[in-house]
Amino acid sequence: MAILIDENTRIIVQGFTGKIGTFHAQDMIDYGSNVVGGVTPGKGGQKHLGKPVFNTVKEAVEQVGAEASIIFVPPAFAADSIMEAADAGIKYCVAITDGIPTQDMMTVKNFLRRFSEDERMMLTGPNCAGTISPGKSMLGIMPGHIYKPGNVGIVGRSGTLGYEAADQMKALNIGISTSVGIGGDPINGSSHRDILEKFEQDPDTKVVVMIGEIGGPQEVEAGIFFKENMTKPLVAYIAGLTAPKGRRMGHAGAIISSSGESAAEKVERLTELGVTIAPTPSAMGETVAKVLAKLG
Amino acid sequence: MDIHEYQAKQLLSEYGVKIAEGGLAYSPEDAVQRAREIGGDVWVVKAQIHSGARGKAGGIKICRSDDEVRQAAEDLLGKRLVTHQTGPAGKVCLRLYVEAGTDIARELYFSLLVDREHERIVMVGSAEGGMEIEELAENRPEAIKKIHIEPAVGLRDFQARKMAFALGIEPKQISHAVKTIKGCYRAMRDLDANMLEINPLVITGSGELIALDAKMGFDDNALFRQQKISELRDKTQEDPREMAAADRGLSYVGLDGDIGCMINGAGLAMATMDMIKLAGGEPANFLDVGGGASPERTEKAFRMVLQDENVKSMLVNIFAGINRCDWIAEGVVQAVKKLNMQIPLVVRLSGTNVEEGRKIIADSGLPIITADTLAEAAEKAVQARNEVVAKQG
Repeated sequence: MAILIDENTRIIVQGFTGKIGTFHAQDMIDYGSNVVGGVTPGKGGQKHLGKPVFNTVKEAVEQVGAEASIIFVPPAFAADSIMEAADAGIKYCVAITDGIPTQDMMTVKNFLRRFSEDERMMLTGPNCAGTISPGKSMLGIMPGHIYKPGNVGIVGRSGTLGYEAADQMKALNIGISTSVGIGGDPINGSSHRDILEKFEQDPDTKVVVMIGEIGGPQEVEAGIFFKENMTKPLVAYIAGLTAPKGRRMGHAGAIISSSGESAAEKVERLTELGVTIAPTPSAMGETVAKVLAKLG
Repeated sequence: MDIHEYQAKQLLSEYGVKIAEGGLAYSPEDAVQRAREIGGDVWVVKAQIHSGARGKAGGIKICRSDDEVRQAAEDLLGKRLVTHQTGPAGKVCLRLYVEAGTDIARELYFSLLVDREHERIVMVGSAEGGMEIEELAENRPEAIKKIHIEPAVGLRDFQARKMAFALGIEPKQISHAVKTIKGCYRAMRDLDANMLEINPLVITGSGELIALDAKMGFDDNALFRQQKISELRDKTQEDPREMAAADRGLSYVGLDGDIGCMINGAGLAMATMDMIKLAGGEPANFLDVGGGASPERTEKAFRMVLQDENVKSMLVNIFAGINRCDWIAEGVVQAVKKLNMQIPLVVRLSGTNVEEGRKIIADSGLPIITADTLAEAAEKAVQARNEVVAKQG
């Protein structure tokens, strides 16, 4: 088991025939992901990388049973592609695209909320590295070989810092059940909290690592969810302990941010909530190892 | 992207927001000319910089004669104003906005911004406007009214009325207040703004509602479809190094330390800077080279870092995913040779093809210090920096 994707998940690539889509689709196929086709409007009926191309996501769902999609569509059109996937009945979507306007993402989130909970597509990203269930399926752009299969779940905003965590754990012979990148944008598909909920339900995940950053309320929200609902240990690292205070214009941002958004404030809150803190970025692996050792 | 007060006012007035009569000036003569055109006997000369709290920094001057206007303009033009929002370097004032004096009866606060937690636009208002709004938010949060706006439905009249009543606006002014509030919301939506603040929104002696100040910030990701807004960019208000980096597709923020950094990914960059500080050093910059660190980009990034004369040592930390370490190593070796780099360089590579990458560095014959882990890389960079400082005495 793993969360969100496994070896059976039927994947399509939106923006399949473009340069970036092609490169990463091939990489995913080589990893062993079950890619069943792709979508490029106007190129339906062609074959690309040995897989069928469809004009619409709906056709891909009907004809090859697509369940998950990954989006490499340029920023101006990406929000539309996400909504198309949701409308066509895709269950899980990863948006890799970086640079989607904030108001477009507000529209996307609002659109997704119109579906009843059991019919609502799960979205992670945008501006993320994707999701991988090591040894089973990769729905993203990460270097698959640095992830060893195992039972630690990772959720993080940053791509390369997530790689760093997986790499440190691999060096300590610790494997990953699933690693999920939720992306660095102000408004994203799923929060840390949403992913923690999935990991809590997954029998193969024993410990979860949350890699957060300065800014935004999501890490503390996840910490509250952990305290109230989780039985599994949570390890967290918050990047930006030494980052200078952001320069901004006007007072509006300071008024609206209710809880502390600096790394130090987040660490303090998470500690109070019982989360195990990795004090430095180079201690993520060893902190997880200690927590695993305690579990026996 | 931020814009000036006068630009925001111009935009908002097209959406039905009332502003005082005013004009732009680039010289003391201009300023006097604007004051004469406006008429009356009281004018306000306002420094146009991308920051709030200008009043406290001496950037706003009330004048009662041509001579006072000229003097104010002479004082402000070319001056660097420092506020708590500009950072210690401050921002240079090259434009002035000359405005008719307003007879202020009450000062209110009004803003719209993207609320990340609720994933929608929130309208914020207070009957107690003016400069101390941040303190008010902290000490008496009940004095501040927040109303969230459903994106598909937009801002409804009843919500605008609710805000207007919360601001304590007189019944006969309510319909005008609703028009102002809705105009602000439409501007925010149409123009892809992520922040709009009117502080203060004033009620004049004759009962009019006027935006006495206005700030707007825009979503950089949406500028591709906001040609008119992109043209309002004032490069004199932005850090020249950050802008040069952005033009080259790099994300750079200059800092006060002396250890230069080049890292891929914002999260890893912040983590690496944390490690440098923990090792006793101070980073000279934040620099994210992004996903495709080609040799050309690597060279550009090195140039950016080394331009800063404070830099005493440099740390490269790359976790190669799509990139391969051998490719990055080649870029680093080329850059060091081409730029004839004189200060110590610490390189830490991980990820795809790491062995080949390390071999390229080792075989280059250059005095590059290598490290296997993040902690080791940070310690070596700080140590190298300390040795340079010790030698310089």
